[in-house]
Amino acid sequence: MASATETITAPVTAASHRSELVAFAIMAAFFVVAPAFMYPIFLMKALCFALFACAFNLLIGYVGLLSFGHAMFFGWAAYFCAHMLKEWGLTPELSIILATVAAGGLGLVAGALAIRRQGIYFAMITLALAQMMFFFAVQAPFTHGEDGIQGVQRGKLLGLFDLSHEMTMYFFVLVVFLAAFLLIYRIIYSPFGEVLKAIRENETRAISLGYKTERYKLLAFILSAALAGLAGATKAVVFQLASLTDVHWTMSGEVVLMTLVGGLGTVFGPVVGAFIIIAMQSYLAEFGQWVTVIQGVIFVACVLLFRRGVIGEIAHFLKIRL
Amino acid sequence: MRKVIGAVAAAAVALGLGTAAHAQQTVKIGVLNDMSGLYADLAGRGSVAAAKLAVEDFAKIDPNLKVEIVSGDHQNKPDIGSSIATKWFDNEGVDMIVDVPTSSVALAVSQVAANKNKVFIGSGPASSDLTGSKCNANTVHWTYDTWMLANGTGKAVVKTGGDTWFFITADYAFGHALERDTSEVVKANGGKVLGAVRAPLNTSDFSSFLLQAQSSKAKVIGLANAGGDTINSIKQAAEFGIVKGGQSLAGLLIFSTDVVALGLPTAQGLVLTETWYWDLNDNNRAWTKRWQKEMGNKVPTMVQAGVYSGVLHYLKAVSALKQSKDGKAVVDKMKELPTDDTLFGKGSIRVDGRKIHPAYLFEVKKPSESKSAFDIYKLRATIPADEAFRPLKDGGCPLVKS
Amino acid sequence: MFEIFGIPSQALFGQLLIGLINGSFYALLSLGLAVIFGMLNIINFAHGAQYMLGAFAAYLLLQLTGIGYWPALILAPIIVGIIGIVIERTMLQWLYKLDHLYGLLLTFGLALVIEGVFRNYYGSSGQPYQVPSSLAGGHNLGFMFLPNYRAWVIVASLIVCFGTWFVIEKTRLGSYLRAATENPTLVRAFGINVPRMITLTYGFGVALAAFAGVMAAPIYNVSPQMGSDIIIVVFAVVVIGGMGSIMGAILTGFSLGIAEGLTKVFFPEASSTVIFVIMAIVLLTRPAGLFGRG
Repeated sequence: MASATETITAPVTAASHRSELVAFAIMAAFFVVAPAFMYPIFLMKALCFALFACAFNLLIGYVGLLSFGHAMFFGWAAYFCAHMLKEWGLTPELSIILATVAAGGLGLVAGALAIRRQGIYFAMITLALAQMMFFFAVQAPFTHGEDGIQGVQRGKLLGLFDLSHEMTMYFFVLVVFLAAFLLIYRIIYSPFGEVLKAIRENETRAISLGYKTERYKLLAFILSAALAGLAGATKAVVFQLASLTDVHWTMSGEVVLMTLVGGLGTVFGPVVGAFIIIAMQSYLAEFGQWVTVIQGVIFVACVLLFRRGVIGEIAHFLKIRL
Repeated sequence: MRKVIGAVAAAAVALGLGTAAHAQQTVKIGVLNDMSGLYADLAGRGSVAAAKLAVEDFAKIDPNLKVEIVSGDHQNKPDIGSSIATKWFDNEGVDMIVDVPTSSVALAVSQVAANKNKVFIGSGPASSDLTGSKCNANTVHWTYDTWMLANGTGKAVVKTGGDTWFFITADYAFGHALERDTSEVVKANGGKVLGAVRAPLNTSDFSSFLLQAQSSKAKVIGLANAGGDTINSIKQAAEFGIVKGGQSLAGLLIFSTDVVALGLPTAQGLVLTETWYWDLNDNNRAWTKRWQKEMGNKVPTMVQAGVYSGVLHYLKAVSALKQSKDGKAVVDKMKELPTDDTLFGKGSIRVDGRKIHPAYLFEVKKPSESKSAFDIYKLRATIPADEAFRPLKDGGCPLVKS
Repeated sequence: MFEIFGIPSQALFGQLLIGLINGSFYALLSLGLAVIFGMLNIINFAHGAQYMLGAFAAYLLLQLTGIGYWPALILAPIIVGIIGIVIERTMLQWLYKLDHLYGLLLTFGLALVIEGVFRNYYGSSGQPYQVPSSLAGGHNLGFMFLPNYRAWVIVASLIVCFGTWFVIEKTRLGSYLRAATENPTLVRAFGINVPRMITLTYGFGVALAAFAGVMAAPIYNVSPQMGSDIIIVVFAVVVIGGMGSIMGAILTGFSLGIAEGLTKVFFPEASSTVIFVIMAIVLLTRPAGLFGRG
């Protein structure tokens, strides 16, 4: 997606890191005080989706791979996590970690298949695989099909902090989100991340430089899948429920939309995009089915007019990196 | 999703012959169902209209109670349903949620109601688990359930000679439960189940499943599915000449709106069980006229009638208790008071939350027998209240022991 | 009567025939996708929505103007094809210079808009559309009762598929098209209006989807989500066949319909996933697809 990412190909300098660190500090501070004036359940939902979008952006923004099936990692991790909490009685942190690992494993299988083709084919293959996983979720006994896994108890974090307390839950989600966000940030600017960006810009050249690009792409895919799984597992704990909505292809579409609105290949774009879309869904909910139409219109408008997304446009205007 | 319908009874209360303001008490009822999807016709806005009629009628009994109605669209998704319910109970002072078609959403809402100690009256959902293993002290299951459907239709069909069955089952929890319950009824009445095929949910093409049902040579093809799946399978069965070939179809969950949508030429001869039909007696016809004033020329379903009946009884309990905040106390009062309204007659609510009333076995009329567009059923049998629902001891509801 | 793997042969033949009917729809839809992809290099995510539009066009023609099935079979694809041309002229044409993924994203957005609008007005339960009276009834083939309408679906889609194949592979117009796919600049140098050709190709691909929609209307209910149910399966079909060849799309469509039909006999629980499993196997063994050019 060369045109979307042209703004961030400039060499990394201390100054450009500084703008990102300032933005990070503002974001973290905002989330710490936000529950004082916003509905905490809304905030937790938005944070989970922000993490989901960041994980997705790792793939599209920095490797140039458009996955149209990320709901399978998000949704299946939610199922795994809910199942471990409810049926096995594991602690929340252990459930989340295991579900994240499981999502990574699913990412290994799906990724190994999907990276055999590029571009549009990659998108279609991920979509088809996700649809297959959706049908598994409908039929498999442990997911309870249409019912989903309901009535999951949040449990006690490390056996100490009772997550059924709303604020404890909120700050747990916030810590998970910020940690994962920093991890993604670290990956993007690591040598590994630089190779990914080289693959995005020109895969043939990266191969001729001696990089085994398949391995890099697969590893990036697994990381992205695992982090999407982390988001899904956390969401399952927050909402005490895992359901088909999270594995359906419309969910894969939503995460694409969030990232597109915020700005493909920007560090903060997915977070902003997720907040915009989730806020829109809750505040425009009265319009019922029109929400889908509005989302479609935003999609079209973003593709035709604002390919940089909100954060991309701001960064372009201020000539900084965000 | 959420629209404030407004204080329907406010006007009635305002005219309430100079009642002192401090005697007023406000109750907020949330009608939560599918407003735009598969079940929008059988519940949807029609249920909101039914709830309004109940409020209107209740104002004549106790004008001091101010009742407000809000409504929401759960889109048949448990996550959306439970988050609306949480928001309503937490932030918007809703005391009771009614309707909730789609069993999966109903189970989620029932749990939220129990956690927050509010009230849930299920008119739309089918799963008998709501008053079985997953029952709780804050939930009342009003109109019908899977056990009743299986028992009503299954028993009647076997007794009239349909003693060999083949199931086309929607491949998820609801379909499995319906198949299981009906198989038991068939076997208990001396019939035989020759086989079953599991069709994925939302199958658009049933032809190959119908072909398997055809080659099984079973006398009866039981459709353990719902909504669009049922409509498609009945439609395609007609196309493949299955009924003409001598086999009959038994729809295990069919609403009057489905029959109207299918049309009598396709649906004729179907046997089905419902607990309410608009043309059954004068009371129902009078109520339907009132309902149609709001909803236009549509046929009301048992789910919508159940919303009316449930809301009315709930308000009676609230008025007797003079409070609506302690949900469990309200439900206990509802169980204590006998139910009585024009649509379902006299009845009661059992300790497990099951509302008890008679059920009716109908057969869809031939086009030649029908006098108007909504004249669709003829009554084949009435199943008395004490036989219509699962015996209390068989449900496995923990409330029964205590 | 003999049996094959414990299944009566009668039932088996019946299932094969039914598979062929479903395959007709897969073939028509993947053909449209392949034609569009060949010329525009865009995966038309709105293909399912346009298939649904075709069915609704037929339904609305009947409801509003009383125009029946046969004229609708011609009119609905033309109407929806024109809508497609408008979409291409106003939106898609601005994306050709960008990464092809933007075309996918744009058409995905369009699919959401089209489906959402119809869901608002028609709910999701579906509207009935009668089988035309000239094709009502059916024939008993001995091993199964074949409704006339379904037989017609197989015949019509075979005619349309192979007609399209003939035009593209065997005629002068088709040779221009193929040449323009390979090297647009050169073809333009010969004085051929390439942008117009692109526009008309998109319109034609969309019209094919609408044609399939009209054919589907009497079998399934006309419902807003009928397109999204089928389009993802068709994507898998396209991945299996490989986008390179028109014939590949047609043959893959029909054979996967049959494969799915057989699964419904032997292992019905897997009937919704079998095509995806085949896709995974094909990707492992022939990543370019069965008919792909690498």
